Amino acid sequence: MKQTFAIGIGGAAGQGVATPGDIFAKIFSRRGLHLNAYNAYQSIIRGGHTLLTIRTGTEKVTNMGDRIDLLIPLNQDTMDRHLQLLTAGAACIYNADTIKPGPAADGVQLCPLPVSELADISRNKVAQNTLAIGAGLRMMGIGFQSLEEVLREQFKKKGEAVVAENIGVARAGYDYAAAHFADFPDALAKTENRYAILSGNVAMAMGGAAAGVKFYCAYPMSPSTGVLHWMAAHARKAGIMVRQVEDEIGVINMTIGAAHAGVRAMCATSGGGFALMSEGLGMSAMIETPVVVINCQRAGPSTGVPTKTEQGDLWQMLGAAFGDYPRVIAAPLDIGDCFKLIPEIFNLADRFQCPGLVLCDLLLSEGRLSVHPKDLDFSPPIDRGELITSANGNGTQSASATNGDYKRYKITDSGISPRAVPGVPGHIHTVATDEHMEDGVLISDEFTNPVKRRAMMEKRMRKVAGIEAAVPPPTLSGPRDADLTLIGWGSTKGVIEEACEILNEEGVSANQLQIRWLVPLHGDAILEILKGSRHTIIVENNYSGQFARYLRSETSFVPDGHIRKYDGEPFMPHHIVEAAREQLAGKTKLSVPMHEIMV
Amino acid sequence: MATSVQRASQQLTMADLKGKVDPDWCPGCGDFGVLAAVQKALVELRLPNHNVVTISGIGCSSNFPGYMNTYGMHTLHGRALAVATGLKLANHELTVLVTGGDGDGFGIGGNHFVHSMRRNVDLLYIVMDNQIYGLTTGQTSPTSRVGMKTKSMPFGNIEAPVNPISLALAAGATFVARGFSGEQKHLTELIKHGIEHPGFSFLDVFSPCVTYNHDNTYQWFRPRVKKLEDDSAYDPANWTAAMEKSLLWGEEIPIGKFFERTDVPTLHGAEPVLNDGPLVHGDPKVPPDVARSFIEELM
Repeated sequence: MKQTFAIGIGGAAGQGVATPGDIFAKIFSRRGLHLNAYNAYQSIIRGGHTLLTIRTGTEKVTNMGDRIDLLIPLNQDTMDRHLQLLTAGAACIYNADTIKPGPAADGVQLCPLPVSELADISRNKVAQNTLAIGAGLRMMGIGFQSLEEVLREQFKKKGEAVVAENIGVARAGYDYAAAHFADFPDALAKTENRYAILSGNVAMAMGGAAAGVKFYCAYPMSPSTGVLHWMAAHARKAGIMVRQVEDEIGVINMTIGAAHAGVRAMCATSGGGFALMSEGLGMSAMIETPVVVINCQRAGPSTGVPTKTEQGDLWQMLGAAFGDYPRVIAAPLDIGDCFKLIPEIFNLADRFQCPGLVLCDLLLSEGRLSVHPKDLDFSPPIDRGELITSANGNGTQSASATNGDYKRYKITDSGISPRAVPGVPGHIHTVATDEHMEDGVLISDEFTNPVKRRAMMEKRMRKVAGIEAAVPPPTLSGPRDADLTLIGWGSTKGVIEEACEILNEEGVSANQLQIRWLVPLHGDAILEILKGSRHTIIVENNYSGQFARYLRSETSFVPDGHIRKYDGEPFMPHHIVEAAREQLAGKTKLSVPMHEIMV
Repeated sequence: MATSVQRASQQLTMADLKGKVDPDWCPGCGDFGVLAAVQKALVELRLPNHNVVTISGIGCSSNFPGYMNTYGMHTLHGRALAVATGLKLANHELTVLVTGGDGDGFGIGGNHFVHSMRRNVDLLYIVMDNQIYGLTTGQTSPTSRVGMKTKSMPFGNIEAPVNPISLALAAGATFVARGFSGEQKHLTELIKHGIEHPGFSFLDVFSPCVTYNHDNTYQWFRPRVKKLEDDSAYDPANWTAAMEKSLLWGEEIPIGKFFERTDVPTLHGAEPVLNDGPLVHGDPKVPPDVARSFIEELM
């Protein structure tokens, strides 16, 4: 099994959980280690309870894992909630002045810090945090120098006195741990690699910039707001117009307006905002103006649990807007893929002149992952499709007179009609959300025409075949001839992968089918893969098995069992391992693992 | 319309600006007068029609773009201003006209109406205000008077109408005017002025519905409308005076330019990202050194 080390830092919102998290993350990444971070929190600015888990290791760390090696509770509440989760070999560093430990399992090292003796707490309100960081790093076998470096960067804006004070406090914690606590048996490894640490939201925003997005707008909504924040902060350097809009209806319509003028335009929201955008998506499809819309799913329905994750919007995406129209829907598989997917889906949306929908979720949007810088490629292939941005042959005629033969909705074999943008001489046309003829003239108000309506419907829907051909079918990973096939989609890739590794180590051979492209689904290819599977289980983060129902509707395939979770928290590997075992033993066909961490 | 106005290389005629189909409005509809005035204004301003985009929502008057020979977008009910904002920001060299009705603009599109004005998006928004829902065959609209009987309020409207002029002034529109479809020449001048105004130009036009609104007819309006331009003492730079005038209704209803200020930056003018010209003409690639700096921030 992979060697990893996980730290849990918990406290109330506003107690400064984020800063130690950032410091640990920086130190790990500078040691050339991979990491994965997940913050469990609530919709509150001050108070409540948050638990940040940072898991690190020399190999790729794809999820939060099953185990906390070091717990740093910043208040009594955190101690009470999580100490009992620690198992032999783990340690807990806490402020002995204010926090009392409860009963701990055998082999758990309790590390009380006499905070008021080690630091002047009247001057430094977060002294306990800094002391704990120092102590923790010492126990992990990390030299003080790397902490000093990060603290210097962290506090340099506040002046040399603050830098010196923080380094002093950290040093006191470091030295105290050396004298009083036992080190972890294995010092944290070091490699020559260097990784970027980023959230899915930052990855999608940067992926947009790499795709050539020139217009981004949004209405703030958790957990998608991070995309807006990155875009806003980097807009001027990247030459992107970023706007905050009055509502998501305005957002989708503004995005379409910008796209119609000829730039790549993108927006992001969560389920509730996406619901408001639905009518606009129909417009994008009907006027054949491509846009990319990101939905960062959170636990629904309605306002739901704004700070918790879920894969509950699949059917909303599949059914968004009325009527039939071509669309592309993809679910990124991890945070690196959040970046990579955006240029890919823009190419499809542009080529096929239809909306491209990205189905992300809070787990990826707000989680953090180490990504190799070469995987953040700012020169991806760009395909704008059949786009006319300057006058071609037609433009030689007088701009102000007729428009020649240009037909915006020309009926073609591919269903794709060359798209001229406003401002190009000789291509004047009106686009309409009403059904229209090849030249854009309405066939809905003054007259209707069943023959032409049918022809236009078929023209648009012919694009579906092209989209299918342009998107690769999914593939199976792991041993072909396994006892068990775990099927997942989107963000569960990493945790299912680790569950498969554990099962294989425990003697249950398991493989994985992870779906990235939801539309087009490639049902035939999926059936072909699953034909050879002995026992199939669909794993998803929702109540009703939305993907299982979708797969069944497209292919008639019914799996042997389901593992579902809808408590707001992501899967941990052992949830899947234990559920798979109970299903293979014939005990149940539906497992709903209990999330044992109370956050 | 501020900065770089391109003029047509040759004089356009009214016929050049006619769309592919004739309007399907009821004979006598006020919208015919608005269409003619818009076409006349474009001819007189010598704007090349491929650089003009006419954008509408849904409703009788929203069929407008189809009757024009400019680039056009017939969008969703109430959403024309949002679409127009995105389009203008992506290519601010285009002249943007937004056309629609009172239901489209003040009802379902009310949110975008208010926010587009405070943003000072550089476009002309013409509302063909007939105080009724026409295409849905005669229901109460946000500007229907109290007491008006319609199919949806057969015993008379009990809700106070919105005052579009006061609302526009309060929301920060930098050009606020009212026209009357029965006053062609005056209306054409307001449209020209509105197109040339740098910033959000709001033009509410009384455009009588001859089929469903039997209260606010041409005959009702004609004796009542009084041109602000005829009052030499009226100063359209005075916002407070404009607000006072906007409240007049009944025996005397002012039309003309209520208010204009040109000292507020337009939305596209205030955004440094557009300093090098329209986004649509720029290189979409992030320069390699900038891309590197984005990644280094994360390391």
